[in-house]
Amino acid sequence: MSADRGVVVVGASLAGLRGAEALRRGGYAGPLTLVGDEPYQPYDRPPLSKHVLAGELRPDATALPHLVDLDATWRLGQPAVGLDRAARMLRLADGSALPYEKLLIATGARARSWPVTEKTGPLPSGIHTLRSRDDAAALRAALAAGPKRVLIVGAGLIGCEAASCCRDLGLAVTLADPNPTPLARILGSRIGGVIVSCLDTAGVDFRPGTHVDAFEADAAGRVCRARLKQGAAIETDCVIVALGATRDTGWLAEAGLMADEGGLTCDVACRALDADGQPAPGIYAAGDVARTPNPLHVGRLAAFEHWGNAVAQAGHAARNMLAAEDDQQEYRHLPAFWSSQFGINIKGVGLADGADTVAVMQGSRASRRFLAVYGREGRTIAAISFDQARWLPAYAERIEAGVAFPPILGATDQSIKDFGVPDFPQPRSR
Amino acid sequence: MTEPHETGARPLRVVVDLNRCQGYAQCCYAAPEQFEMRGHEILFYDPTPPSEKQAEIARAAQACPVRAISFDTGAKA
Ligand SMILES: Cc1cc2nc3c(=O)[nH]c(=O)nc-3n(C[C@H](O)[C@H](O)[C@H](O)COP(=O)(O)OP(=O)(O)OC[C@H]3O[C@@H](n4cnc5c(N)ncnc54)[C@H](O)[C@@H]3O)c2cc1C
Ligand code: SF4
Repeated sequence: MSADRGVVVVGASLAGLRGAEALRRGGYAGPLTLVGDEPYQPYDRPPLSKHVLAGELRPDATALPHLVDLDATWRLGQPAVGLDRAARMLRLADGSALPYEKLLIATGARARSWPVTEKTGPLPSGIHTLRSRDDAAALRAALAAGPKRVLIVGAGLIGCEAASCCRDLGLAVTLADPNPTPLARILGSRIGGVIVSCLDTAGVDFRPGTHVDAFEADAAGRVCRARLKQGAAIETDCVIVALGATRDTGWLAEAGLMADEGGLTCDVACRALDADGQPAPGIYAAGDVARTPNPLHVGRLAAFEHWGNAVAQAGHAARNMLAAEDDQQEYRHLPAFWSSQFGINIKGVGLADGADTVAVMQGSRASRRFLAVYGREGRTIAAISFDQARWLPAYAERIEAGVAFPPILGATDQSIKDFGVPDFPQPRSR
Repeated sequence: MTEPHETGARPLRVVVDLNRCQGYAQCCYAAPEQFEMRGHEILFYDPTPPSEKQAEIARAAQACPVRAISFDTGAKA
């Protein structure tokens, strides 16, 4: 690698930091620059929707430890705005150009915002999204001010975690989602139904089958009401829009790479692909932004939005960045995530979406302590644990091995009584 | 509602890989003020402990059977 140009990492968060560390661990001793648009050193996001909203941790308390001495140049508060692949040059917002020999793209994702059109006019104030430390600080301040009713739009992981925090704070909260249960897209409504019972016990006003159409402002321009597609309205003075994330690829619009709001497409070795589908020389991607072929869903591209993937993929990309052309190894990763909400530790491995059957193997849905496995066409593809984490590694091994569904653990005869279709919603129309 | 307050210099940085964590709570015995189990198996920890907790955090990291705990002393760049 030519010594003066060196490696540039774009996106200074979990994947960027762990990728940079892996380069150093792998023996790379040349120049290393990390470019990040946030003004902060890399920090951890999962606590933001849990302990920070609940007021147990300050928004600035989650800086990530550095696991090796990076000896890097940091360009923080400085977004990359363009990429000239022919010149191997990154353009930054302040007009400067940064040459690179190899580039690791780790720009992650941003919260999907509420659509603003000419018809809707500007958004009222008091409408939040949650992705960054600044978002968390603003939302925490809004919750601490004691709103009369918080409305959360979207019952995915972050929406449910936020609802749980709001109830811990004693706030009235409505959670609205078009699907019959929370977490319908990732777990299906059969398992999502367990969260419905948690919401009920916690006193969350859950509105399934609900489409929020528009927000109304009071005279001061603050949100006061959400109008529903069905005609009714919900009175609210604090809204959390939790509609998932879009990948941060806007800055790559002119770069001639296969990138859109669903991610930057890579090959199995984490190399970014150009518009013709060929690996772009020297450019790798990792973390939420990277969309890679997934060995578990043959022929399908997936961009995971999980902490564990950001760490593992960044390490893998770094390894390949230092390896020879003919030694580019395939990234094989069993996706895994965790969440905590309503006092329950939820952990999952594999990709449940697309399963045709789900079976409860340990515990019961009624007790809210169970382990369930998902199968597709007779193969075990995913497992989910509600407060039964100790069982998960054994199932993870079987999922990786692609065993038949339902999997058999140990010598004990398992009689599965709770067995059925997972009930995933129809795929989103694009 | 009160906000958690800043208590002077907090140079340690801690993160737990909660995918790896099996919730067996050895860290909670090693450093009871820094790691706490909630409910059946939710691990809550302080990601920015004060520097005098360094030995305790190191003990917790050692005690973790799955090596899920990482920390630094905030000195590295
Ligand atoms: C509130 C919240 C809770 C979560 N909870 C969990 C959980 O419980 N379990 C779990 O497994 N996962 C969880 N996640 C997901 C996990 O945090 C992400 O998968 C992880 O942060 C991905 O890391 P990343 O580095 O790929 O991307 P990001 O963390 O999104 O970082 C990308 C960085 O790049 C920067 N950037 C973007 N564009 C540019 C540009 N043009 N130039 C320079 N910099 C740029 C961004 O500002 C950002 O700092 C949670 C995420 C959020 C937001
Ligand atoms: S010792 Fe390790 S596995 Fe056990 S609770 Fe602590 S972090 Fe988790």
